[in-house]
Amino acid sequence: MNRRAVITGIGVRAPGGHCTKDFWELLSAGRTATRSITFFDASPFRSRVAGEVDFDAGAEGLSPREIRRMDRATQFAVVCARDALADSGLMPGEPDPRRVAAVLGSAVASATSLENEYLVMSDAGAHWLADPGYLSPHMFDYLSPGVMPAEVAWTAGAEGPVTMISDGCTSGLDAVGHGAQLIREGAADMVVAGAADAPVTPIVAACFDAIKATTPRNDDPASASRPFDGSRNGFVLAEGAAMFVLEEYGAARKRGAHVYAEVGGFATRCNAYHMTGLKKDGREMAEAIRAALDEARIDATAIDYINAHGSGTKQNDRHETAAFKRALGHHAYDVPVSSIKSMVGHSLGAIGSIEIAASALAIEHHVVPPTANLHTPDPECDLDYAPITAREQRVDTVLSVGSGFGGFQSAMVLHRPEVVSR
Amino acid sequence: MNVRTTPADHPVITGLAVASPIGLGVEEFWSSVLGGDSGITELDRFDASGYPARLAGQIRDFDAGAHLPSRILPQTDVSTRYALAAAEWALADAAVTPETLPDYAMGVVTANALGGFEFTHREFQKLWSQGPEFVSVYESFAWFYAVNTGQISIRHAMRGPSAALVAEQAGGLDALGHARRTVRRGTALVLSGGVDSALDPWGWASQLAGGRVSRVADPARAYLPFDAAACGYVPGEGGALLVVEDAEGAHRRGAPQIYAEIAGHASSFDPPPGSDRPPGLRRAVELALADAGAAPGDVDVVFADASGLPELDRAEAAALTAVFGPRAVPVTAPKTLTGRMYAGGGPTDVVAAVLAIRDHVVPATAGTRNVPEEYELDLVLGDARERPVDTALVLARGRWGFNSALVVRRHPN
Repeated sequence: MNRRAVITGIGVRAPGGHCTKDFWELLSAGRTATRSITFFDASPFRSRVAGEVDFDAGAEGLSPREIRRMDRATQFAVVCARDALADSGLMPGEPDPRRVAAVLGSAVASATSLENEYLVMSDAGAHWLADPGYLSPHMFDYLSPGVMPAEVAWTAGAEGPVTMISDGCTSGLDAVGHGAQLIREGAADMVVAGAADAPVTPIVAACFDAIKATTPRNDDPASASRPFDGSRNGFVLAEGAAMFVLEEYGAARKRGAHVYAEVGGFATRCNAYHMTGLKKDGREMAEAIRAALDEARIDATAIDYINAHGSGTKQNDRHETAAFKRALGHHAYDVPVSSIKSMVGHSLGAIGSIEIAASALAIEHHVVPPTANLHTPDPECDLDYAPITAREQRVDTVLSVGSGFGGFQSAMVLHRPEVVSR
Repeated sequence: MNVRTTPADHPVITGLAVASPIGLGVEEFWSSVLGGDSGITELDRFDASGYPARLAGQIRDFDAGAHLPSRILPQTDVSTRYALAAAEWALADAAVTPETLPDYAMGVVTANALGGFEFTHREFQKLWSQGPEFVSVYESFAWFYAVNTGQISIRHAMRGPSAALVAEQAGGLDALGHARRTVRRGTALVLSGGVDSALDPWGWASQLAGGRVSRVADPARAYLPFDAAACGYVPGEGGALLVVEDAEGAHRRGAPQIYAEIAGHASSFDPPPGSDRPPGLRRAVELALADAGAAPGDVDVVFADASGLPELDRAEAAALTAVFGPRAVPVTAPKTLTGRMYAGGGPTDVVAAVLAIRDHVVPATAGTRNVPEEYELDLVLGDARERPVDTALVLARGRWGFNSALVVRRHPN
């Protein structure tokens, strides 16, 4: 009997809301949560818009000590893991901790804390380490972010395999893909998996300013993220997290758990081309899509909805459109494609998991979230991108894809477990 | 279930490369290990005189320009330069070129615990002393933890399933475990291992903030795992990359050598601090041995994690005696010569283990002299010990509770 991995718990913190329910309401209403940056004085920057999370760590139940030691992204991960565990209905201690794994994705890990500590230790950049007395005892944790999956493991009571997957902007897909594989191969019976990033910070903003990857549309923050639109000119930096409880399908059914979706297939490929650039033909992403469908034993024509990477950069949206056509043939024109980055921005490593949450909830509610801000499509982006308004339709099977610096191209197939017999 | 036990299904190691404080290249590294030549010296990358610890395992003879194309230099941290050089050596050792295998048949899985830290320190400095417009166009990808996987993939046209793992010092063994999984799931070849470095002033201060770095000033007495005088570790830089591939495929393409097979791997995580549940290292060892289809008596040598902190040394000794019995297996820790290299530490120990199998010799733990009786360890001290070595167990622990165990074994032919 093949082991199958299913999602039985979801926790999300994304811009524009405080919980998973808020997140889904935002998406299904087609509202946007991008705004002018409030976290720091962004006036010297080219791009001054972001998807910020209004996050009150104390109100979220984190203790003063947890708030002191954890980076903001870790805080996101821990509260989302708690939500996902509560949502799953599992009791603490079940299953056996030795059979519980934790996998956390993150692209830039403790960037927020690194920058804060740098400013303290360098006296705001004036000179290095004038007084070692200011060195934080937690600085090692920010240097080496293995502490992030460790905090998730402590939250979940995981004593099985625990790791961080840091594949840039595909981290969130790759972490859940890895978690599902641990269930399937029998290394764990339950996995808390997902991703978190908190990169709305000057150093990360400067990174993307330098290569003009983020949008300079500062005068219209709520409409700044415009995937597939002819006027798109870069992504909107954002933050957030999503965590999941993954279980073996038979065990989940046996305990009467609510199953959102099965992680049917996952694959990743590299383009071996450029650290930030994409070839136009979408070849490697198409190959990842084909491999994910193959693993799920699902035909391309069964896909009801594609949750796109849709970052809103010129090159990405064309690359991805080409990949869908290459992998799905004519079905690419028949299936709705949308980018939730139009509403919540691009939270780097976290977004892949946030998009898995959107995909699972699309299956749950039979609703395709829209691509907001899409008024005049780029003629080279000629698919159905579900502009502006969410659609109520049958959604049993979703393809979610991601593309990241380093050349990573990942694809995941999520579906109702009943869709395939194994 | 994807668990197989027939020998043909154990992926094999066909290429090795080391970039370490005691050697750039495998043979130089191995002769230093066997000779007990230490790479631990006074830190000289910057003026460290104001810091409470000043010893590190530094790579001192690496000329990046001699190993890498000049256009790579402005876009890479020193750790990525080591990784790119080692990748090239490992692939050359295994006689792999982009034409060797079909498209998507070669992947890259590396571990990284520290990122491109020296590079990013410089960019933080520019941002805060000059302004955002002075930050490098390369910072967005020179810093992040996926950098080595991405750069290696591009340089060698490796487009198969790839990943980057972070689990402090345990990540390097986990990466090799993941490479093995990737090969068993159908990718013919994966280049895998890990490399780290953070020897700039901020990286150094941050390593010291962890509270486990030895403050002893004598290079011969600073890092003494399992010694009664153990007082912390010495940080090092560097690491190793290995070519892991399907055994049949290696035969078919005529790989120049098969060093060993990766017979088993498992990882576990310790219970939360303060819990009365047992720590996880013993379980990782037992699961890895079971995965390899090996009994404790089959293991000829253990390459220990060797933290150099008394309580952690004691815990590791207890796990080993619980599995193997008192003084039942030779244990060693050549990493006292390089310092702990974070993601680079585990893979470098795997290279040493593979060479121990090749040469039937167990290297010694340099420095350590006085092992407490209560540890009940047969720690190899003084000179390397010649003895049959067919199966080696390599252990790595990462701060906060990561445990990883990997079994390498002589290949049947």
